[in-house]
Amino acid sequence: MIREMICVSCPIGCALRVELDDSGKVLSVSGNTRKRGEKYAIDECTNPVRMLTSTVKVNGGSLPVVPVKTSKPIPKGKMFECMAAINNEVVDAPIKLGDVLISNVCDTGADIVATNEV
Amino acid sequence: MQKYDLVVIGGGPAGMAAALQAKEDGVKKILILERAATLGGILEQCIHAGFGLHYFGEELTGPEYAHRFIEQVEQTDIEVKVDTMVLEIRTGNIVIATNAVDGMLEIHATAIILAMGCRERPRGALDIPGSRASGIMTAGTAQKYVNIDGYMPGKKIVILGSGDIGLIMARRMTLEGAKVEMVCELMPFSGGLQRNIVQCLEDMGIPLKLSCTVIQTHGIERLEGVTIANVDENRRPIPGTEQYVECDTLLLSVGLIPENELTRMAGIIIDPVTNGAVVDENRQTSRPGIFACGNVLQVHDLVDYVTQESQIAGAGAAAYIKNKPKGRNRYVSVKGQSGVRYVVPQNINENTDKDVKLYFRVADVYRNARILVESDGKVLYNKKKPKLAPGEMEYVVVKADDIHALQKKELVVRLEVQK
Repeated sequence: MIREMICVSCPIGCALRVELDDSGKVLSVSGNTRKRGEKYAIDECTNPVRMLTSTVKVNGGSLPVVPVKTSKPIPKGKMFECMAAINNEVVDAPIKLGDVLISNVCDTGADIVATNEV
Repeated sequence: MQKYDLVVIGGGPAGMAAALQAKEDGVKKILILERAATLGGILEQCIHAGFGLHYFGEELTGPEYAHRFIEQVEQTDIEVKVDTMVLEIRTGNIVIATNAVDGMLEIHATAIILAMGCRERPRGALDIPGSRASGIMTAGTAQKYVNIDGYMPGKKIVILGSGDIGLIMARRMTLEGAKVEMVCELMPFSGGLQRNIVQCLEDMGIPLKLSCTVIQTHGIERLEGVTIANVDENRRPIPGTEQYVECDTLLLSVGLIPENELTRMAGIIIDPVTNGAVVDENRQTSRPGIFACGNVLQVHDLVDYVTQESQIAGAGAAAYIKNKPKGRNRYVSVKGQSGVRYVVPQNINENTDKDVKLYFRVADVYRNARILVESDGKVLYNKKKPKLAPGEMEYVVVKADDIHALQKKELVVRLEVQK
């Protein structure tokens, strides 16, 4: 199988062609200018991950929500499941930057961490 | 009248970095004037990650990036007045400002740093026919509603313009359960960062329609839909390509405009391309002792570059306060040509003691183009780049020795494009 994608590991934005076998194993990467383009293609085809950022509802704070992030990138396919968990959460002020609001969100191994104070 | 060595107008990333640099360089009395209720500027609502990769070498969210500077400011004796609006800069570097606590403020400053940032181009600047239905707003306004105020401004969204804020909001609204129908971009390419095209649109399955614009909005009280159309190479709608798209919200991400009302009132010369002040390599404007940095000077893609530029301005202001230079500066003028839309700084002191980074933007997407810096036919810099795009700010470094050796006091940055 051939997958085409645009590399985002630097501003050049190479059009990558990735050859995969039936099990999803990467056989070859072409079109990249730099070595890191190959790594990007392999990561994107085998284990795509993303940082997820959102907000969590706060009771009694200076603002109604506090911004949050995952403590590390999570599998791309789990973003909406994690959003549901984030939207179910309500916390009480005061919240400090770095406070863990949900630990091990949706079994991703990542925590939901406050990125500002409220 | 109050007296300060340095007044910084704006407490976003630019103002904070400039004030901190000036403090580090020994300036004693510094005051930051901020219009909002807190320091941090627009970063407070930019809750996504991707900030700080260049400056801190790690990926931070906007509030985290701002927080690092807010903490540093709090550890110094830099004074801050929030909820304070600057009204005017008068002759003799007198800043007129107002807030609810002090009433009117009249502040004399030895040096002033302009760090007011930029504003989004509003609907009124686009001439889209239609009523003033609710549901039409800039992407940054929607960003504030969702990320600061905690509510969603709509359910079915069309985004006009593929600037980074529009792309970021396409993802954000989708994650919060809205249906983003499409992003329409007038130009044949996106002005947003490639990373945002992939991670905000492709990841979320949102189509990007290039050479396409909104030609009409529908709905009286609330937006009910928009008519979109493809445009030709002159950006004119092509008859017959019109299409109705149902939506309750139209977000605009159609450009940023440096907020230079104070600058213009102060009689400072403005570059018609950047819409920011004309500055020298220390970011000093045409008015001695007044400096400018950050998005009020030129719209940046990355806050990391804003920080760097503001440190230059902070150091420049500190040197000005210390040396109180008299007389006119003698400048080498810097211009962009053939494919280079503008260059900042526009002037370099001919006896500069440091190498100078020239920041610029290109007019189109170019592959394998050469960047040349020339003076009087002599090439000072020549480098091939695999890709150049209007959405990515570029820079070249010119050596101080090369500037001293110039016969003609003019530098040109241009592209040599492969046929």
